[in-house]
Amino acid sequence: MHLNDEERAMLAGQFGEPRRMALDLQIQIGRVFDAPDFVEVSQAHVMGDTESLGEAGVEFLESLAGHDEADRRVRVPTITDPRGIDFCAYRRLGQKEAWAALERRAIDAMRALGILMTDTCINYQTVSPPVFGEHAAFGDTGVVIYSNSVCGARSNFEGGPAAISAGLTGRTPRYGCHLDRHRRGTHRFEVEMRPSTLNDWGVLGAIVGRAVNSYWHVPVLDGIDGAPTSDELKHFGAALASYGSVPMFHMTGVTPEALDPAGVFDDPPQQTRRIGRTDFDDFYGSFGRHEDGVDVVVFAAPQLSLGELQRLGDLLRGRHIHPDTALLIATSPENKAACDRMGFTETFEDAGALLLQGVCFYQMRARELGEANGWKRLLTNSAKLVNIIQGYGYEPVIASMEDCVDAAVRGKY
Amino acid sequence: MGAGDRANRAIRGHPGIGDSVSGVVLAARDDFSARYDLDRIRGVFSRPSHALYGESYVGRILVLNTAKGGVATAWMLREMRSRGMAPAALLLNRANPIMVQGAAFAGLPFIDRFEVDITRRLHTGDTVTVIPGEGLVRVGSSETARGMVR
Repeated sequence: MHLNDEERAMLAGQFGEPRRMALDLQIQIGRVFDAPDFVEVSQAHVMGDTESLGEAGVEFLESLAGHDEADRRVRVPTITDPRGIDFCAYRRLGQKEAWAALERRAIDAMRALGILMTDTCINYQTVSPPVFGEHAAFGDTGVVIYSNSVCGARSNFEGGPAAISAGLTGRTPRYGCHLDRHRRGTHRFEVEMRPSTLNDWGVLGAIVGRAVNSYWHVPVLDGIDGAPTSDELKHFGAALASYGSVPMFHMTGVTPEALDPAGVFDDPPQQTRRIGRTDFDDFYGSFGRHEDGVDVVVFAAPQLSLGELQRLGDLLRGRHIHPDTALLIATSPENKAACDRMGFTETFEDAGALLLQGVCFYQMRARELGEANGWKRLLTNSAKLVNIIQGYGYEPVIASMEDCVDAAVRGKY
Repeated sequence: MGAGDRANRAIRGHPGIGDSVSGVVLAARDDFSARYDLDRIRGVFSRPSHALYGESYVGRILVLNTAKGGVATAWMLREMRSRGMAPAALLLNRANPIMVQGAAFAGLPFIDRFEVDITRRLHTGDTVTVIPGEGLVRVGSSETARGMVR
């Protein structure tokens, strides 16, 4: 990799040990991907829930935090993905004090690095949406795919250590989505049925993701007539990234790098496939129903926007959750404050639902959470969540937001 | 190709991450995510639909197709290694950035982009030596290796 004078000085330790370590890690990564050099980034976003970090990860953060302030502070605005503990709710959820203590250590260490604890995976809706052509180091697959595809920004999947490194050095190896050639369409999908619900958009993402199944392929969707909403694209992208590890997509005539249909592909598509009603029915059918009872209904993955929260409040107003069923809602701290101010939180609490801030369900030690509360039969409108949560011992089913609320009230689906 | 033919053959991939290591292969034509697929406390594959469901991956040369899912593996490989509950090495046909970042952060031997489909070329029970600096995997005696598998 070519290093400029500043990068050579950084690697020599002239900007402190944390930046030297960070650049060294980035060089190792860049060499594997044959990156020619670094590209400067304007912002970074760190996934750092303590289930993933463990003691080893927290000790790593604390080791960075132990350096002089001038050496350890991030160079570009660096924010955080959802965490594992909502300190207002963790006891009610049966989460252990030891986990909360580990979480506090991680937060203290990240704050010492100058990281902004936004605790959100919808920063493109709530914090600082990236702009066309902006290079960034985002650490959540849903954030990356939305930023690349909908905003036209440029980021790879940057896991926690890589995103912190980008924050410290202000740059990232130039490979993958930072390069034009990895942003061109490779697979074509003709969508014959425009999704109508958020869960349908997520299912469309799941179908495309399963078909593509590679970080290095870029699906192009034809047939989406008119711009979807931000929440629809959020659910579509999050599921596509989850099922296929895909970092970007194009929608012909909709997304900014696919406004001209003739210019989306450099080469003929490797695959062309139609997606219709049968594909959706097959997907829903594979998850079945919970006719004998639902233990927990979850609205999360991604965190809910203010619009989704308002709609959920409308559906729950004046109703009561079944005593054998829990209903959890996850959003960002900023949206939680808005819900408090606008009365949605009170509506949720009156119904028996729990509004969580700064967390996402699968990042909360979901296996232990299920064991502590007797949760196994899970219902959600998130296609991403039903994909992730199976490995944690749950039996997930996907349904619309309306059906999820009805099931939470009746205690079965 | 028989077991004898496979022995002592070298498979070339892209130069990877970490130090050289020898061990016994655990292979499947499935994909990999530490968050989606593993019970990291018990050290087994816990996703019911995974081809290696119920198998222990601890200390094995884990051979799978590609990376799937999210970013958590970037932290998790180091955490698993710190508890002695990690694979000995990870070999994939094609990695995403997260697998490479996680391997680099953990110091876990890793190679991808082989000249052949690595999930077809290697089989559970094979003994191999992984040389990431050269992007090389040397296949040992399969008969001996199968005897080592519990």
